[in-house]
Amino acid sequence: MTKKQKKVLYRIILVSVLMVVLHFVPARGYFRFALYMVPYLVIGYDILRKAVLGILHGEVFDENFLMAVATVGAMLLGVYSETRGQEGEFAEGVAVMLFYQIGELFQAVAVGKSRRNIAALMDIRPDYANIENENGSLEQVDPEEVAQGTVIVVQPGERIPIDGIVTEGSSTLNTAALTGESMPREVKTGDQVISGCVNVTGLLRIRTTREFGESTVSRILDLVENSSMKKSRSENFITKFARYYTPAVCYSALALAVAPPVVNLLLGNAGNWSTWIIRALTFLVISCPCALVISIPLSFFGGIGGASARGILVKGSNYLEALARTKYVVFDKTGTLTKGVFEVSKICPSRDFEQMCAADDQDNQSPQKAKEKLLEYAACAESYSNHPISRSLKEAYGKEIDSTGIAHVEEIGGHGVTASVNGVKVSAGNARLMKKLGLSCPEHVGVGTVVHVAIKESYAGFILISDVVKEQSADAVAALRAAGVKKTVMLTGDSRTVAEHVAGELGIDEVRSELLPEDKVNVVEELLQEVKASAGKAAGANLAFVGDGINDAPVLSRADIGVAMGALGSDAAIEAADIVLMDDNPMKLALAMRISRKCLRIVYENIVFALAVKAVCLVLGAFGIAGMWLAIFADVGVMVLAVLNAIRCLHTKDL
Amino acid sequence: MKKTYKIEVDCANCALKMEEATRKVEGVQEAAVSFMTQKMKVEFAEGADERAVMNAVVKACKKVEDDCEIFLD
Repeated sequence: MTKKQKKVLYRIILVSVLMVVLHFVPARGYFRFALYMVPYLVIGYDILRKAVLGILHGEVFDENFLMAVATVGAMLLGVYSETRGQEGEFAEGVAVMLFYQIGELFQAVAVGKSRRNIAALMDIRPDYANIENENGSLEQVDPEEVAQGTVIVVQPGERIPIDGIVTEGSSTLNTAALTGESMPREVKTGDQVISGCVNVTGLLRIRTTREFGESTVSRILDLVENSSMKKSRSENFITKFARYYTPAVCYSALALAVAPPVVNLLLGNAGNWSTWIIRALTFLVISCPCALVISIPLSFFGGIGGASARGILVKGSNYLEALARTKYVVFDKTGTLTKGVFEVSKICPSRDFEQMCAADDQDNQSPQKAKEKLLEYAACAESYSNHPISRSLKEAYGKEIDSTGIAHVEEIGGHGVTASVNGVKVSAGNARLMKKLGLSCPEHVGVGTVVHVAIKESYAGFILISDVVKEQSADAVAALRAAGVKKTVMLTGDSRTVAEHVAGELGIDEVRSELLPEDKVNVVEELLQEVKASAGKAAGANLAFVGDGINDAPVLSRADIGVAMGALGSDAAIEAADIVLMDDNPMKLALAMRISRKCLRIVYENIVFALAVKAVCLVLGAFGIAGMWLAIFADVGVMVLAVLNAIRCLHTKDL
Repeated sequence: MKKTYKIEVDCANCALKMEEATRKVEGVQEAAVSFMTQKMKVEFAEGADERAVMNAVVKACKKVEDDCEIFLD
């Protein structure tokens, strides 16, 4: 509780005690009125003050004004009764003020608490940076004061405060705070490290390459904190709704307080002023729109917080809302659905080579052996080249290559390479190279780049190298469809065969291939029109574009929702996108959609629930069926339930 | 020019009122108040004097919500 809230709590306790005591004091007349004015002023002075200030500033119809009018009215009614010799009812006026304050306190505490919970979830802000003194001792300083290029020390268990390069030490980093997955990342001297990761095993010395304010962790925090500034349509709806609702309710309450007694008096009956004022008051207490005004932003805030805990940064409530209505998802192929790195995807030794291997090695006749042998020869032959193809061959081979046995390396531009490996002549290259050697080789072997290998002047098989599809891509496409996406489209600059092959493998609906970067914007424009047309007048069909954030900034900004993937360490992506997936797992997009749908469902639940309960209670209150206790429930109870429901948005673990 | 200020406000409705009041201040292009993060973001109009505008914003906000606090640094 804050100081302010504690003060209110003390006032509530004091007034409650006073009311019990006063109940037993047998005072009459003005003295009795004066006695009750003490608890009334203690509990209500700030409300009265705000009401007066409101009138002075021309802001008449707020709840303070109405509370003041109602309770002052009740007190005056009591005085009126006393002057006529009857016992005046002062307790009710005080009680209403008391309940009102209890309700306000309750909601302030509940909301404050959930607000802090969410904030704590997103708090990855490092508190300090260690700088080594001349005598070797460490000094903790504010990370904001660390200049670019300073060497900082990060001990095991500490969070890296500022982006930089490791100058000494090696360790394992935990990126869970940024990506939501605790994938360990190994770093050694010379590696780039990103702030926000936790250093797990060894001591690191890091030369900072940025100032704190420009570091990854600061940028992410800024982004998430500012996200609630971009309001969703639901939030704007409530703002507009409150603008009409509050005055409407206030006038109704005033009418309820004044009209029936006046009508009664005109008809010659007793006015029953106190009854109707109490009813009007009940009406007012019920009508407070707090449950909506608080729970809706809280739901979105919770959803954004929950998403960021899973490594999904959403830049605004509006995007979280829009994501739930995404009907088309457009993917960029390379780096999004595929890894964007070339890997050996198929090794296919020829029959002759397999037999030769089997003959060489009596013990092991498995075809696996022949594959390994083929890869080894190819990797050795290519070992002097730095071409991406040869790099992926070496990577697939995995073992250290003994260069002493490799001689007579000859690169034939546009064809491949020939070399002597341990005295065996090996040629590795494309079909043209094989033709040149007078060997025949299969033509259509698969999608990607083919390296044919000839050993001892005879064809030995081929190795297929291609941009590998991510393991999760097919699942991600299926999960998106399950989450309500109608159509998936893939854009790529690659050739038609490659593109269609990948799309078929993943279950993508439509492929646009051989696109230049500037074509992508046009295609997205076209698809935008299509999706809007398909939804008809019912606004709410959105198009999301998913890219890796490199070279596709214009497309990201053109789409309804731009999603950048694998953004860890890429500023451009964080800058350009509306939703940022910190790691490069396409499943995260489906997860984000599920979070957004859950969040929206909770928002609607709250809107319907709060309005329905209030409507029923308002009617009951106006007819005097519902008393003050029900009114307190309709206000505070509904608010608390709505807030508790909103908190559910935060839980994204099992989605 | 955009700037973010730390604020202190007790209720969500009051935050809404502050946002509306701030938008009406001369020299303010756009304003957003977040009750959740207790922050106010103000985009100033071209050539507006930030200090003068913010003083007016504080005044306007105090008018609609007496209890609020805006920390100008």
